[in-house]
Amino acid sequence: MKEYFSRFALEHTEPMVVASQIAIVLVVIGLVVGITYFKKWGYLWNEWLTTVDHKKIGIMYVLAALLMLFRGGADALLMRAQTAVPNNGLLDAQHYNEIFTTHGVVMILFMAMPFIIGLMNVIVPLQIGARDVAFPRLNALSFWLFFMGAMLFNISFVIGGSPDAGWTSYFPLAGNDFSETVGSNYYAIAIQIAGIGTLMTGINFIVTILKMRAPGMSLMKMPMFTWSILITNVIIVFAFPVLTIALVLMTMDRLFGAQFFTMANGGMDMLWANLFWVWGHPEVYIVILPAFGIYSEIISTFARRNLYGYKTMVYSMVAISALSFLVWAHHFYTMGHGAMVNGIFSITTMAIAVPTGVKIFNWLLTLHKGSIRFTTPMLYALAFIPIFTIGGVTGVMLAMASADYQYHNTMFLVAHFHYVLIPGTVFAVLAGFTYWWPKIFGFSLSEKIGKWSFWFIAIGFNVAFFPMFITGLNGQARRMYTYSESTGFGPLNLLSFVGALGLAVGFALIVYNIYWSTRYAKRHVTEDPWNARSLEWATHSPIPEYNFAITPQANSIQAFWDYKETKKPLFVGHYEPIHMPNNSGWPIIMSAIFFVLGFSLVFSMWIPAIISAIGIFVCMLVRSFDQDDGHYISVEEITETERKSEALAHGNRPISS
Amino acid sequence: MEIDQSLPKEYATEENRLKIFGFWVFLGAEIALFATLFATYFTLVNNTGSGPAGKDIFELGPVLIETFVLLTSSFMIGLAVNAMRLGHKKAMMSFLVVTLVLGAIFIGFEITEFIHYVDVGAGLSTSAFTSALLTTLGTHGAHVTLGLVWGIAILLQVKKHGLTPKTANKSFIFSLYWHFLDVVWIFIFSFIYLKGMM
Repeated sequence: MKEYFSRFALEHTEPMVVASQIAIVLVVIGLVVGITYFKKWGYLWNEWLTTVDHKKIGIMYVLAALLMLFRGGADALLMRAQTAVPNNGLLDAQHYNEIFTTHGVVMILFMAMPFIIGLMNVIVPLQIGARDVAFPRLNALSFWLFFMGAMLFNISFVIGGSPDAGWTSYFPLAGNDFSETVGSNYYAIAIQIAGIGTLMTGINFIVTILKMRAPGMSLMKMPMFTWSILITNVIIVFAFPVLTIALVLMTMDRLFGAQFFTMANGGMDMLWANLFWVWGHPEVYIVILPAFGIYSEIISTFARRNLYGYKTMVYSMVAISALSFLVWAHHFYTMGHGAMVNGIFSITTMAIAVPTGVKIFNWLLTLHKGSIRFTTPMLYALAFIPIFTIGGVTGVMLAMASADYQYHNTMFLVAHFHYVLIPGTVFAVLAGFTYWWPKIFGFSLSEKIGKWSFWFIAIGFNVAFFPMFITGLNGQARRMYTYSESTGFGPLNLLSFVGALGLAVGFALIVYNIYWSTRYAKRHVTEDPWNARSLEWATHSPIPEYNFAITPQANSIQAFWDYKETKKPLFVGHYEPIHMPNNSGWPIIMSAIFFVLGFSLVFSMWIPAIISAIGIFVCMLVRSFDQDDGHYISVEEITETERKSEALAHGNRPISS
Repeated sequence: MEIDQSLPKEYATEENRLKIFGFWVFLGAEIALFATLFATYFTLVNNTGSGPAGKDIFELGPVLIETFVLLTSSFMIGLAVNAMRLGHKKAMMSFLVVTLVLGAIFIGFEITEFIHYVDVGAGLSTSAFTSALLTTLGTHGAHVTLGLVWGIAILLQVKKHGLTPKTANKSFIFSLYWHFLDVVWIFIFSFIYLKGMM
């Protein structure tokens, strides 16, 4: 018995980890007791856990992403604290390895992706005038698979041990010979479960956007955010299967003794690096293209001009998506694939700067002669342009294979990709979050607190990451847990730590803003607080379950703006009963069984693994035999909901310009 | 649910059309998935280590039988969809049963093939080549096995509810899946077995 349970023990315990173990147990007990005491289980189950409503699923995605932001952020602060002074003993080498690994995985896969998927869940059906996504129940399954995958990954640091081979998990380091703990099993299986969810999201949104647009909305009349999401999901559908297979092969190696990436019997460690980055580089664009879409909406709204060069924006995004599959080898120029291959990948990589540059100029020309309002979302968008350009330009430096031998694996690279991903993705999701918040909840976040958090984040970011360009060029390697004083890296690393603290304050202020605004902000002031342009603003806030009482007519990329200008009605016709899907408990139940399956596989417990695999099949079969045709919302009910919403809005909709 | 009588049943409702289109997109993802497996296989095909190479272990006989069995089952599911469109429930169910039986025979042969590989010393951990071979074949085989369970579920639903837009839609999507597995097998047969035996 004791032997059986010893597998869950950590090889590497520290006071910090023990404290988190206790904290996790206490929080779980607190949640269960609290929900039971306030009798909220029924509400939670009926309104959230079983929901198939794209808006609620989106909100849950964003909530989970914010939680993960703080998990990944805590990792980041620990790293910066450890390297703040030379020869620091806050973390040892093993703990540092675990932390930079989980920081990377959590931030990319469990923060950036779900934040974006959350926003697109809420907004895309509204922007195209649809009632829901094409497959609402599949959408719920996507969310719960992501959530269970993320939770499985997160318990690794208290049960069995965290992965410690870097977020890229290169072989042979991540193989059984060099990573003996279950940490890398967690990596292979938790990401697999979440990845299946993401792939289904990709299919769901491609079908939704291609087949469910409002009448009149041809492809070239879609709002830019919807375009960016369409392209993103095409990338997801073609890139994620590569990750699926890579992780399957990794699992075969680690659990079943296969020889794909080993150092003996013909195994090829570099095959992993190639497969990983064939997925990994498109993944970068999966998190950056939606950001471009968000910025396009925000810049156009707050410059009060229609987007400059709509068509070139679309074409450049298509070009980026195609190129994203042709650059993967630039992640390992130094691993010996010869001048010819390096040369080709150098050229394709530099070519990506062209369509990206086109987009930067389009945004600048949209701003040109605009009447700009400096709201919080706009501040993020305006800060994005110069900071992202620094990230892009250093990217072109890294793209030159011969020069890359100097930069490779240094802090210069770390600075580069944070300069791309933070202004690109993080600023964008925060901007989108602030921008669409009043749409979702019916009241605005405080602009004052929002601007404070923006300045802390923008300045903190530059203070934290700019010094890394310099220490990187001076030779500071990434992923080194400490350094000696004689290297001279000390002062700049201390500065980085100060910047990281500034970022932390900024993120804490965002949480405070949510708290403060939920408590004190005025409700139902207007349904169009930003004087916005696209269809999502044409319905009520909070949004009725059915989104639009009557399907809107969309004849341009800014249908709502045109309506406000011309008064030509958006909604023609009369109320008809609306068909909506029913809630379903299967997605969360099935995903929970996936969690058990994943956990059993991580620890090679075959009997529970087989039982839970059978459980998943049973769920699928029961679902298949289930006769559930959804329900209709009656005309009376629609009339009543609309009347109430109109009353709440005090006839403030729409404000004319 | 609006039913458009001018279209075949599997396309008759909006939901049905979305599901078929969605499944085509899913097959796109499946192509990417198998393409990755093939790329892996061809990268590792000569990395036999101290183990056997393809031409040492492949046997044409059983593989040919597997191929004919699977191709015939693909033809049968085509006939099943044809019968479905003509509204012949019994014929449709019979063709579907034949499809599934042939699929089960295929899986039976594949299992004996795997046992043979292990017997001749070409197990999963023998070499990178055998790992890639067994994983690629195994992934296809797992798809066929899943298809068998799925097919039985559809058969029971057609029996219970008849050929409704819903069951017709499920059957049609299943036929797309089954044809797809057949196409993948043709690649496996040509490029793994035939090329391996040369």
